[in-house]
Amino acid sequence: MVSQQSQTNQQTLVKLLLVAVLMFGFGFAMVPFYRALCDALGLNSVVKPDAVANTQVDAGRLLTVEFDTNLRSDLPWTFTAVEKSVRIHPGALTQVTFEIRNRSDRPVTGQAIPSFGPQLAGRYFKKLDCFCFTQQTLAPGEARRMPVVFVVEPGLPQDVNTVTLSYTFFEVEGKNGKDG
Amino acid sequence: MEAAHAHNGHGHGAHGHHYSGLMRWITTTNHKDIGTLYLFFALTMFFVGGLLALMLRAELFEPGLQFWRPEFFNQLTTMHGLIMVFGAIMPAFVGFANWQVPMMIGAPDMAFARMNNWSFWLLPVGAILLVASFFVPGGATAAGWTIYAPLSTQMGPGMDLAIFALHIMGASSIMGSINIITTILNMRAPGMALMKMPLFVWTWLITAYLLIAVMPVLAGAVTMVLTDRHFGTNFFNAAGGGDPVLFQHVFWFFGHPEVYIMILPGFGIVSQIVPTFARKPLFGYSSMVYATASIAILSFIVWAHHMFTVGMPAVAQLFFMYATMLIAVPTGVKVFNWIATMWKGSLTFETPMLFACGFIFVFSMGGFTGLVLAITPVDIQLQDTYYVVAHFHYVLVAGSLFALFGGTYYWLPKWIGRMYDETLGKWHFWLSMIFFNITFFPMHFTGLAGLPRRVPDYNMQFADFNMISTIGAFGFGLAQLIFVYVLVKAIRGAGEKVSDKVWEGADGLEWTLPSPPPYHTFETPPLVK
Repeated sequence: MVSQQSQTNQQTLVKLLLVAVLMFGFGFAMVPFYRALCDALGLNSVVKPDAVANTQVDAGRLLTVEFDTNLRSDLPWTFTAVEKSVRIHPGALTQVTFEIRNRSDRPVTGQAIPSFGPQLAGRYFKKLDCFCFTQQTLAPGEARRMPVVFVVEPGLPQDVNTVTLSYTFFEVEGKNGKDG
Repeated sequence: MEAAHAHNGHGHGAHGHHYSGLMRWITTTNHKDIGTLYLFFALTMFFVGGLLALMLRAELFEPGLQFWRPEFFNQLTTMHGLIMVFGAIMPAFVGFANWQVPMMIGAPDMAFARMNNWSFWLLPVGAILLVASFFVPGGATAAGWTIYAPLSTQMGPGMDLAIFALHIMGASSIMGSINIITTILNMRAPGMALMKMPLFVWTWLITAYLLIAVMPVLAGAVTMVLTDRHFGTNFFNAAGGGDPVLFQHVFWFFGHPEVYIMILPGFGIVSQIVPTFARKPLFGYSSMVYATASIAILSFIVWAHHMFTVGMPAVAQLFFMYATMLIAVPTGVKVFNWIATMWKGSLTFETPMLFACGFIFVFSMGGFTGLVLAITPVDIQLQDTYYVVAHFHYVLVAGSLFALFGGTYYWLPKWIGRMYDETLGKWHFWLSMIFFNITFFPMHFTGLAGLPRRVPDYNMQFADFNMISTIGAFGFGLAQLIFVYVLVKAIRGAGEKVSDKVWEGADGLEWTLPSPPPYHTFETPPLVK
């Protein structure tokens, strides 16, 4: 009777501990699950090539696309847009060039993340090719010119005359032997 | 008798001979001692967190920067939240569970007495880490109590201390919950069927399951932040293929059940108080149990209503909106049951009942603002404004805290064998109630007008309402000194001795024990009919 009570308690303890451990694992399992869900729903696709459905050029409308380049402060690169801005027709396939240079004496890997101003323009801004689709690794002193090929879909609301595409390069830490 | 003694196992050895003084409290495995420790710890942290709140309100008394640098202001908001949630409200409820659960189900002690001691003594360690983080380079974490990435992946060593504190306090909560569940499931007196348990025990059983389910998820989330900060992982780092929004999902998967963890035991306390002072049994006992369980289950599928603005698909927004609104149903069941319990009862309004009624009134207001915020388009407008601050203080201060005060006034005479000062108790209630509303009611207006939370400065248009809030906050803070005075006075034995039953309408096993209860109770299990 005596030990039976404490034995039952021990069994409950083990079961509950197991639940706690499983839930700890569940927290981490949310990471791949979240990625799969985002892929399935087409969220977070800023660094993946877009499919362009309609390439009808709206020649009656001119749009300014400005390019903005930023570095997270700890990334020892220079990052510039060769064209500061372009005037395009919606629907027209356009190519622009960006340049990065590694100013440090170590190899550095970076990842660019695009964002749009106004934010809603992102939905209509289709990138067919972009250096942001992959991580860029630069040897010490290396420079690289990289293209971005895009189409702005004609469905872009009429009151938007200027779209700013802003890239920020982040250092991918833990690569190239540099610890995090 | 002998059987009941020995099944304390190793815990029994410790009370073979009593340590005295400080060592008694450090080595204690007695549920009443540990309950007391939890409650005093919570009270201390309540005043630490309250002091931080008053520092915030002092800064917000006038527009412009008066006292603190903005960085420090952000540290204050963050630490106020963390300390109140993990240091004050949660430990206070665990303290109540320790004191009351064994006495209410007729068990001699908690199931794992030694672990019980451990789960308490981890808390001061966590608290010291949190408070000490103010003094490391860069100060305490300023990422908000939600420690959203990428802010939390960038801050100074104060963030690491907060992460370790959360780990430790989480471990403490998990151990406490395991203890509570095991005690309730395995150690009820003969005849105490599950559906005969007092509602406070029921709510704690369900709360403890919530804790075991979600505290490990928080531990996982902060571990990911820690490895992102120091070990080159990229869970939340966009550059490395991670996603800061993922943090919000993991955090709120913990965070939403967490807010119910902080309110369900409060429901339990109120469900004990209202029948006592209405002198009627609780209306709809079984529906109360099912409502509590429904709230707990629903809490797992509504987390994303905290993050409607992250850009989720409309279908997800609709799902989380409707699921959130669904919670109003079981909550409404509870509120109506309390009111039905009072209906045609012979009501008296001693301090515990005042706090219980205050709880029902003000918590319902917080519930309604919660429903407003559940509406996605409205939430997108109001997110991160003082409307949200008003909402969660209505449910957490007037909800959880008032329930805790009510519970203290209700059971304190039982614990110490003497009555508290009823007049001062009533003063404490009315001043708390009035100043609480002076503090937080104007925040509805400032929030609707767009005042963002967690900002030390504001536009001139908000000056009057902020001044009112600050005056209310200081009044509320001072009113809590009455509570301390009442406690000290009662514990020092100033009140008159109380009978076993204390309250005329009280019902339950704890009231069959002497007041104060002896150190060891129910060593022979009582028979429940």
